[in-house]
Amino acid sequence: MRNRFLAGGLAAGISFLTLSSVQAVEIEYWQYVFDSRVKAMDQLIANFQAANPDITVRHQTFPYADYQTRVVAANVAGQGPDVVQLFYGWVDNFVAGGLIQPLDPAVFPHAEIESDFFPIVSAMKRGDDYYGLPTAVRSLALFYNKKIFEENGLDPNDPPDTLEELVAAGKATVKRDGAGNMTSAGLAFGLSAQDHHWWREVLIRQFGGQPYSDDGRTVTYNDEAGIEATAFLMGLESEEKIGEIGFMDEPQAAFRGGLAAMTIDGTFRLGAFRAIEGFEWGVTELPANAEGVRSNYASYFANAIGARAQGEELEAAQKFLQYISSEEAMAVWLEVVGELPARRAAALTETNLADPIYGPFLRALDYSRTTIFVDEIAQRQVALDLEARIKLQNQPVAEAVAEAAQQEQAILDEFYSR
Amino acid sequence: MADTTADPAPKGRIWDKLTIGQKRVVWAWVFLAIPIVFFVVIRFYPTFWAFWLSLTNWDLMRPARFIGLANYQRLLNDPAFWQVFRNTFAYLIIGTPISLLLSFVIAYYLDRVRFMHGFIRALYFVPFLTTAAAMAWVWRWFYQPVPIGVLNNILASIGLPAQPFLRSIEQGLPSIMVTAIWAGLGFQIIIFMAGLRAIPQTYYEAARIDGLGEWPILRKITLPLLKPTTVFLVVFSSIGFLRIFDQVYNMTTNDPGGPLNTTKPLVLMIYQTAFQSYAMGYAAAQTVVLFTILLIVSLLQLWVLRERK
Repeated sequence: MRNRFLAGGLAAGISFLTLSSVQAVEIEYWQYVFDSRVKAMDQLIANFQAANPDITVRHQTFPYADYQTRVVAANVAGQGPDVVQLFYGWVDNFVAGGLIQPLDPAVFPHAEIESDFFPIVSAMKRGDDYYGLPTAVRSLALFYNKKIFEENGLDPNDPPDTLEELVAAGKATVKRDGAGNMTSAGLAFGLSAQDHHWWREVLIRQFGGQPYSDDGRTVTYNDEAGIEATAFLMGLESEEKIGEIGFMDEPQAAFRGGLAAMTIDGTFRLGAFRAIEGFEWGVTELPANAEGVRSNYASYFANAIGARAQGEELEAAQKFLQYISSEEAMAVWLEVVGELPARRAAALTETNLADPIYGPFLRALDYSRTTIFVDEIAQRQVALDLEARIKLQNQPVAEAVAEAAQQEQAILDEFYSR
Repeated sequence: MADTTADPAPKGRIWDKLTIGQKRVVWAWVFLAIPIVFFVVIRFYPTFWAFWLSLTNWDLMRPARFIGLANYQRLLNDPAFWQVFRNTFAYLIIGTPISLLLSFVIAYYLDRVRFMHGFIRALYFVPFLTTAAAMAWVWRWFYQPVPIGVLNNILASIGLPAQPFLRSIEQGLPSIMVTAIWAGLGFQIIIFMAGLRAIPQTYYEAARIDGLGEWPILRKITLPLLKPTTVFLVVFSSIGFLRIFDQVYNMTTNDPGGPLNTTKPLVLMIYQTAFQSYAMGYAAAQTVVLFTILLIVSLLQLWVLRERK
């Protein structure tokens, strides 16, 4: 009796399953938890499903700290998302681990990608294949506190434009107590914050060097330029005395607390800084060097297609990826998350360029570089140790740079020899 | 289930033949089986698997390949590992005696205090109840430079130079250790006090009648009779210091275990190797080393502090 019921139920279930698979495709989208990103993606999914009623997108999120592990673990368990968000620096690992598949050039023509997106999209290319497309990109800029500028006789509408002016403004705004302890910084900085990018992709280039070889496999900053750039950066504390590494724990905290005249940070900080009520702040492009050379570091989270997507799920995933990297989606992302559009057409509109906050970040995108990290955490650690050896152990800058270059080369070699 | 209801006879016959003593043993094993199965699945199986993993190059992405003792070789030649090894022992060798001495002194005198005894004891115990991560962040704030760091502000107000604390190669590890000692103090005090209370008062009365002073009483009666408590706390606190993680990780999140690895304990290194570099095999080898250290230290302590009969 019970068996007959069971069989009936099973049959019904199977017929239901087959029926639904004919009618609709369900794909899974994974990203990490960040309130505004989740909200923006929910909105995009709703739009997408309205336009494609036969496709359902399941939106899964995980805490950032576990995110990579979850993706990898799911793959080990034989599962995984159809469309997945990843930091551009994880591409090598994700490709090596067979987590994502190359984009089909028939659906995503290379010529179009290269002409429509900012040049930093090249970081998603391995060999002849693109492995993902960004919705939004982030770049760096110099934030400055207009109130502190005014109090110290600087024009709050004329922020520093060169490195020299940056140092001068820092000297004009730094404050110390009677014992010589810093009470307010001119420039809040430290390699544990965004400044390791400033060092790598901006300062080293501005001093005439190049951080890595063009193929990204060789460390090339162990030269005159690299040493000078490092000496300049560390000299901001030891020579120019316009800031102290570790002041207020983190540069962004110092700036937010109104105890730093300037700091270098990214678009992702806009949300936090918008909550500041005590003072007005402004944004300007990262300072140029004396010859007017500028550089910037841009990064992004891209969306890629999971290695397991096949057949109609692959088709649905491609459609979804096309939509979330469309101009329309980028406009939504800018509005909800505040991150810059990755397509030129969506980014470089007159309104955006004239925006006092987005303008400086957007102008930087045309000359921005993207470091090809093979192990971002380990490579950042190399920069942190470089800072610690110079600051805490008084190691000569040239020696410290040579040691850092050697350590980082070992990380690259280990990765590429796998 | 169905079997017993349908045909109870065979099982019943065997069961009936057992003596009461044997039945008790059977029942004892039935109850014991539950935690044993639990431990085998949750503890022992992963432990043995970790031993196997340490001989492979598993990186989560690709299938594990047997590489013999290569991970251990790499470990021996890794200067970072030896730095971390020294740190771990610094936490153990400095942390355990200081925390035990402090907690014993406090327990010894607190035992005599009648005024607000419960309240003072509670004060010492509260840190033990607090989440390590939350505590670490409060301490991290204490240790900041001027103008937000509480300790440096005090130093500045009495005209002493500011100290780098967590941002120093020399002061980093002691700064973190202080918080770990402070956090564990309450628990150790409570255990010591229980141990002190368990010593029969008659011994003390007899000693006083014989005219013994405070110091001889402490040396000849209190300390020897407190030995089981001390052994327990030494082992317990050593394991705690060898496995220190929360405090270090939370107080140095910007540069975990830094500066220059001077505060990094073995557990943090294992975490980073496994979940940031995904070198699971290498991390497993480090785990095996930690396991061996824990085992040796515990056995050594039990042997040194054993009951001599």
